[in-house]
Amino acid sequence: MRNTKWLVPTLYILFLMLPIYWLISMSFKTTNEILGAFSLWPQEFTLENYITIFTDPTWYNGYFNSLTYVIINTLLSVSVALPAAYAFSRYRFLGDKHLFFWLLTNRMAPPAVFALPFFQLYSAVGLFDTPIAVALAHTLFNIPLAVWILEGFMSGVPKELDETAYVDGYSFGHFFIRIFIPTIAAGIGVVMFFCFMFSWVELLLAKTLTSVAAKPIAATMTRTASTSGYELGLLAAAGTLTIIPGAIVIWFVRNNIAKGFALGRV
Amino acid sequence: MAKITLDQVRHSYIEHPEGADDWALKQLDMVWSDGGAYALLGPSGCGKTTLLNVISGLLEPSHGRVLFDDRDVTDISSDRRDIAQVFQFPVVYDTMSVFDNLAFPLRNRRMPETEVKRRVHEIAGMLDLEAVLGNRASGLTADGKQKISLGRGLVRSDVNVIMFDEPLTVIDPHLKWQLRSKLKELHQEVGVTMIYVTHDQTEALTFAEQVVVMHDGAVVQTGTPVELFEKPRHTFVGHFIGSPGMNLLPCEVVDGIPDFLGYRVEIAEPVQVPAGARRLEIGIRPEFIRFAPEGLPVDIIKVEDVGRYRIVKVSHKGQPIKLVTPENTPVPEGGGCLVFDKAMTHVYADGWIIT
Amino acid sequence: MIDKTTNQKAWFLVLPVVVLVAFNAVIPLMTVVNYSVQETFGNNVFFFEGVRWFEQILHSERFHAALLRQLAFTGIILLIEIPLGVAIALAMPKKGPWVSVCLVLMALPLLIPWNVVGAMWNIFALPEIGLLGKMINGMGIDYNFTQQPVAAWFTTVLMDVWHWTSLVVLLAYAGLSSIPDAYYQAARIDGASSWSVFRYIQLPKMKRVLTIAILLRFMDSFMIYTEPFVLTGGGPGNSTTFLSIDLVKMALGQFDLGPAAAMSLIYFFIILLLSWIFYTLMMRNEDQ
Repeated sequence: MRNTKWLVPTLYILFLMLPIYWLISMSFKTTNEILGAFSLWPQEFTLENYITIFTDPTWYNGYFNSLTYVIINTLLSVSVALPAAYAFSRYRFLGDKHLFFWLLTNRMAPPAVFALPFFQLYSAVGLFDTPIAVALAHTLFNIPLAVWILEGFMSGVPKELDETAYVDGYSFGHFFIRIFIPTIAAGIGVVMFFCFMFSWVELLLAKTLTSVAAKPIAATMTRTASTSGYELGLLAAAGTLTIIPGAIVIWFVRNNIAKGFALGRV
Repeated sequence: MAKITLDQVRHSYIEHPEGADDWALKQLDMVWSDGGAYALLGPSGCGKTTLLNVISGLLEPSHGRVLFDDRDVTDISSDRRDIAQVFQFPVVYDTMSVFDNLAFPLRNRRMPETEVKRRVHEIAGMLDLEAVLGNRASGLTADGKQKISLGRGLVRSDVNVIMFDEPLTVIDPHLKWQLRSKLKELHQEVGVTMIYVTHDQTEALTFAEQVVVMHDGAVVQTGTPVELFEKPRHTFVGHFIGSPGMNLLPCEVVDGIPDFLGYRVEIAEPVQVPAGARRLEIGIRPEFIRFAPEGLPVDIIKVEDVGRYRIVKVSHKGQPIKLVTPENTPVPEGGGCLVFDKAMTHVYADGWIIT
Repeated sequence: MIDKTTNQKAWFLVLPVVVLVAFNAVIPLMTVVNYSVQETFGNNVFFFEGVRWFEQILHSERFHAALLRQLAFTGIILLIEIPLGVAIALAMPKKGPWVSVCLVLMALPLLIPWNVVGAMWNIFALPEIGLLGKMINGMGIDYNFTQQPVAAWFTTVLMDVWHWTSLVVLLAYAGLSSIPDAYYQAARIDGASSWSVFRYIQLPKMKRVLTIAILLRFMDSFMIYTEPFVLTGGGPGNSTTFLSIDLVKMALGQFDLGPAAAMSLIYFFIILLLSWIFYTLMMRNEDQ
């Protein structure tokens, strides 16, 4: 019994890899082959789908646009969440519990509810069709998460550290940046991972708030599926390329994944 | 009841150990007799928990055999060795009541429910847990939970040995002695062999009849608390036991008599220094030194009043010595002479006793 | 825990967060509330309508249908993903070189953009072209998720299980890793069976992680939009039109501002209510 336990995670991982394999294999097939004959791997291996993506601006700009707003969002969310989490961790102030709770409820808000209002709001402030709009919109969900996770990590750092620094003459800013932040570096890593993840994968708001200039790759892909018939190979290639940033990020945090999911407070 | 024999037991946590440092437990051959109260004493990392786990079966030794009453149990798993173990922090089944916790080992062995009830009440009585039997185990304080852990061991009538791995670590200091006395009381009542692992000498010396001192994976000395105190076989034992520990004075041996920086120290019988011995020391406990009109001349450095006695730090030709003087004995000013109790003065060669 | 000092100046530290979140939350929500009680015929002219839209939605069959579909969907995936995730976490080795590899591979689906997940499964499950589609049809079962509601449900559920079970696995695994060895050792000595170990040691110790997992999966599945939309478009017909899909259709497709706004508020309220119930139920057991 003991010896066959490994079968379970193995089968599960195989199950996970199967659709991904299929996607990758499709990306190397020609549309003719896809629609014509069914084959487990490409019979006529082709790179033309990838070439299209790398040479056509409408395609590769999609990736740049997506990466742009994701990075802006991550940096923005983390930098405003840090002082806020510190405040929640170290201080009591008027309305603090209610504020914290209110922040968390935003995580429970369906993006669908915000689709139209955001469309109107961001158009009204002239930010429609910019990466900033999407970055800002995503902060609605990422900031509460960032504050929650960071507060958890910060509560693990004893207050004596702060007090010692003040006694030693550090100003708050100096202490925060030079001493405190390195102490919770792992926590910041975890938060950046989650912010990146949620912003990178979200589609509805990203599509709603953009049209041409800041169009994310997700929008370009859906356009392909509807307008030019069924260019499945191209779609598959585009999809495969979107998996890469995620894979890279996971690889970097692989040692902290289990720890990160413990979220410091579980 | 069981006599426990360790036959050439050695253990390493590494697959292919090379040097001596790779062995957590160096060669051990020892017998623990039936019904005794033993303490395994030593600093962290000396191998005592490893040894405990080898006896209880949670760890299989890389070499050697473990025998219970001449029956080879090396390959037998813990739950069939009829042992019980209490860990450093309380291990209780949070979702169960105290009663169910105590009943758990019995029910797993398919004991009839009436028997279970009887045994649980009996043990709960011994441990003063009767009042909380119906409560959820998670609601008890740390010492209460440790009693439950202990109870789960006692409740099985087939238990030969109960092992304790630093069980008082998380207990409040003022409750420690209470629990300790309870353990001693239980030992006398139940008569089961108990092996108690600790790094605290007070716990070891007050609980055990026989203390096994370990250092660096090896047993350094086994003996009663008195033996360990009066005649430590190794300088480590001398230093580890007693507060303050034994004084170690470098010396040379001339005609079988130790010579400490020019002063001849009297001992019971002349010693023979083993060939190749490099470091020779006199070992004498602070309790066995006193001031006298004539003797080893020393300068007084410091006097510490600890209440019922005083620790006096002195120095002879730069070598520090500590002695303990009772409350009402006067301490000479500035300097004085020391006399060592002849029977309690020992000589050590490379750490091992030669007197 | 940290001994906090009272200091109202801390508000300055939280101000940036409050401003950003309020901008994104309060203003749009006010807009939604506004629309939910008004009627417009265009040209920015509004008439107060009171609770008319709320009544309309609450009595609308279309809303009931979407809500029922949503509840069924969420119920099914919770019933599958939670036990499955826990089972996989239990089967994983506690340490060793394979652990990292396993965790990395398992985390991969979580970082794929949701539309790609939908597109991937679309390609994967198509009856003639996709691997899964071909396999199922090859087994003699007539399977076409673009035309058969049952097949569409099956595929959508399978896709979600594929997508999100790893989250449960990672959380459960983190919870399991925090159980000290001594518990397992004591259980061994007590002669406990594997089932007892699971029931009395592992499950209780995983309580907090599982609560988070269940809450997260409940909330996120209740809000699901992109993946099923890309996979089936809500069809065939309406069979996989869950609440978010229906709402977006109403708001952005038909521009029925009033009803859409009313539905938004009801939707949000349902999630808050159910989340609160879930949370209270699970936390209550802990305090007993």
